[in-house]
Amino acid sequence: MLAVIEEGLRRVFALDFELWNIVFLSLEVSLSAVLIASLLGLPLGAMIAVGRFPGRQAVIVVLNALMGLPPVVVGLLVYLLLSRAGPLGPLGLLFTPTAMVIAQTVLILPIIAALSRQALEDAWREYREQLRSLGAEGLRAALTLVWDARFALVTTVLAGLGRASAEVGAVMIVGGNIDGVTRVMTTAIALETSKGDLPLALGLGFVLLTIVLALNTAAQLVKEAAMRRYG
Amino acid sequence: MSAGAILPLRLEDVVYAARGDPIINSVSLEIGAGPSTIILGANGAGKSVLMRLMHGLLAPTAGRVAWNESDPRSVRRRQAMVFQRPVMLRRSALANVVYALALARVPAAERHRQALEALGEVGLRHLAHRPARVLSGGEQQRLALARAWALHPEVLFLDEPTASLDPGATREVETIIKAFDAAGTKIVMATHNLGQARRLGDEVIYLQAGRMIERSPVERFFLQPATPEAAAFIKGELPWA
Amino acid sequence: MGVTLAAALGFITVASTTSTEQSGLFRHLLPLFTNKTGIEVRVVAVGTGQALDIGRRGDADVVFVHDKSSEEALVAQGYFLDRKDVMYNDFVLVGPKHDPANAAGKDAVAAFRRIFEAKAPFVSRADRSGTHAAELRIWQLAGVGVPKGPWYRETGAGMGPALNTASAMNAYILADRGTWLSFRNRGELVILSSGDPRLFNQYGVMLVNPARNPHVKQDLARAFMNWLVSEEGQAAIAAYRIDGEQLFFPNAVQARKSSLVPASVMTTARTSSSPL
Repeated sequence: MLAVIEEGLRRVFALDFELWNIVFLSLEVSLSAVLIASLLGLPLGAMIAVGRFPGRQAVIVVLNALMGLPPVVVGLLVYLLLSRAGPLGPLGLLFTPTAMVIAQTVLILPIIAALSRQALEDAWREYREQLRSLGAEGLRAALTLVWDARFALVTTVLAGLGRASAEVGAVMIVGGNIDGVTRVMTTAIALETSKGDLPLALGLGFVLLTIVLALNTAAQLVKEAAMRRYG
Repeated sequence: MSAGAILPLRLEDVVYAARGDPIINSVSLEIGAGPSTIILGANGAGKSVLMRLMHGLLAPTAGRVAWNESDPRSVRRRQAMVFQRPVMLRRSALANVVYALALARVPAAERHRQALEALGEVGLRHLAHRPARVLSGGEQQRLALARAWALHPEVLFLDEPTASLDPGATREVETIIKAFDAAGTKIVMATHNLGQARRLGDEVIYLQAGRMIERSPVERFFLQPATPEAAAFIKGELPWA
Repeated sequence: MGVTLAAALGFITVASTTSTEQSGLFRHLLPLFTNKTGIEVRVVAVGTGQALDIGRRGDADVVFVHDKSSEEALVAQGYFLDRKDVMYNDFVLVGPKHDPANAAGKDAVAAFRRIFEAKAPFVSRADRSGTHAAELRIWQLAGVGVPKGPWYRETGAGMGPALNTASAMNAYILADRGTWLSFRNRGELVILSSGDPRLFNQYGVMLVNPARNPHVKQDLARAFMNWLVSEEGQAAIAAYRIDGEQLFFPNAVQARKSSLVPASVMTTARTSSSPL
């Protein structure tokens, strides 16, 4: 097995330009999705954590359940939405990186909202009285909470990033795995595996793991440095 | 500065019950401008709940909490509260005060200056850019007071503000509270520390099991408590008195 | 990268099958077309059934698959226009080299019958692909009808994954030669039967009907289709080799010069090439 891995890594680095294209596209798609999902999901999680409204428990249950959305189902739904035969057809977004970003955003939005809701509900207990005393309510309080808990929320964002960079079902269906246009690391691995080229697939897999590990390490270091500074 | 004064505050037959258990059991009183008011009582008497009912953090189960002013935003802005444990945002000391000023709709150009001024009042100007959460307990409580000061509230509620502080920090905080009082802010403070009550208060409201038992000027309360419950409390806290 | 027409005229989307992409044909072919015309070709490679569905929905400009009867039916229904034959390749019957069902031989139909009689493990793609359709036709010819039983493994997978499964199970499987040649996880599998004309696999290209889908890039798409069946395109197809072996045999009807390779030559090419 070691020989297979070695051969895989050798061939992966021989791919050069093509490999870097695939890597950059993967990062572009997943990081964009994480950014958008965070901008939407963190305030959403905070609003649910902070708010008291009828049906709140039901909303929390549904949000938690949506964390388990199968990527391929999300892909199929977004495909039907973006297809020319579908409601957003005229936008012509299918088989583009934009479609992939949309699909991944839909996929990880529940994860970010649900996990941040959990983390912020704990933080809210600490801040609630003081913020209300100062006159911060609703969205304003939610946003203040999100910013103040930003270090704890790094883990939430990383969870979303992990899910996005690991999935293949959604991006395969809405992207079409087009050579040079919508081929990302996971779909490239799937392709090489289905061609029976396991060494290359493994090699690509290692590159993907390394990148994800690097991103996580960087985030952790930033988080720790900031926590030391800000308390 | 908005229209009229929000004081006097009137509580009419206020009850607060959690899960059927009355914590505040029909309290009626009026808090007027002027003398600083101490809410005194043992732990569990209901002081904290009463403070929160007055400040508006809790809604009464029965009865009415009525300010002189009807506009709720005005009522909110002209009060401030300092809690036993200060809650600071993960930003600099200065930024915490600026945050409160922003919520109070103070124009952006003014916030920085007013915040620095408030920090100066409590002797924290040199720590303006330090992250608030790395400050000591006493410094954070002074910062909470600076934050309240910047808002120039008509009423300042304090819930056991020095209970978690050492004597040195306690002294510093008491000095600031006296300064608030001298500047014309109405002080309403809950404490179980009799010495502090005597140092800072003009009148005492004694609370026991959710009821107001006695209300008198501070010296008369300590020298000649009118009710046996108050007398027992003073004796219990200061057995040598 | 020389572009003789005005720079980058845009792109077309072509829905095609995994066999054309995975065999590497497109890697070889498309740059030639883009260099000449400046038109970028984006290929979405999925199973034949899905490719036809993509075309029907109007999500592609051109469909390039290998299921002639389905293609012609959809043209008749008005979803597509201008279907043209482009090339063919062949299927090969692949199986474990110790051949428990004694399937080896020129006659593919007889081979299938022997596999059925021996109840030897057989992996089917079972995914509405061109390969699956061809497989079912041969079972019909062998008098088996639609096979059922624990020996007949329906995976619902693409060619590559199905080959992986067959390799792991030491089972028989019908594969297109192109995917087989570039498949690297063979295990004990070898070609046991090939060259039977009934293993012939016709590829066709057609335009998604612009009347139904006004956004279809007609002109660019037609340029691509015409190039595929032109002398140049057909020669490019014939020139594609894996390990020296030609995979696809151009047979467009637009016969101008002698660069077309007639069907009879295929059999000659098969018998004279080294077995795999």
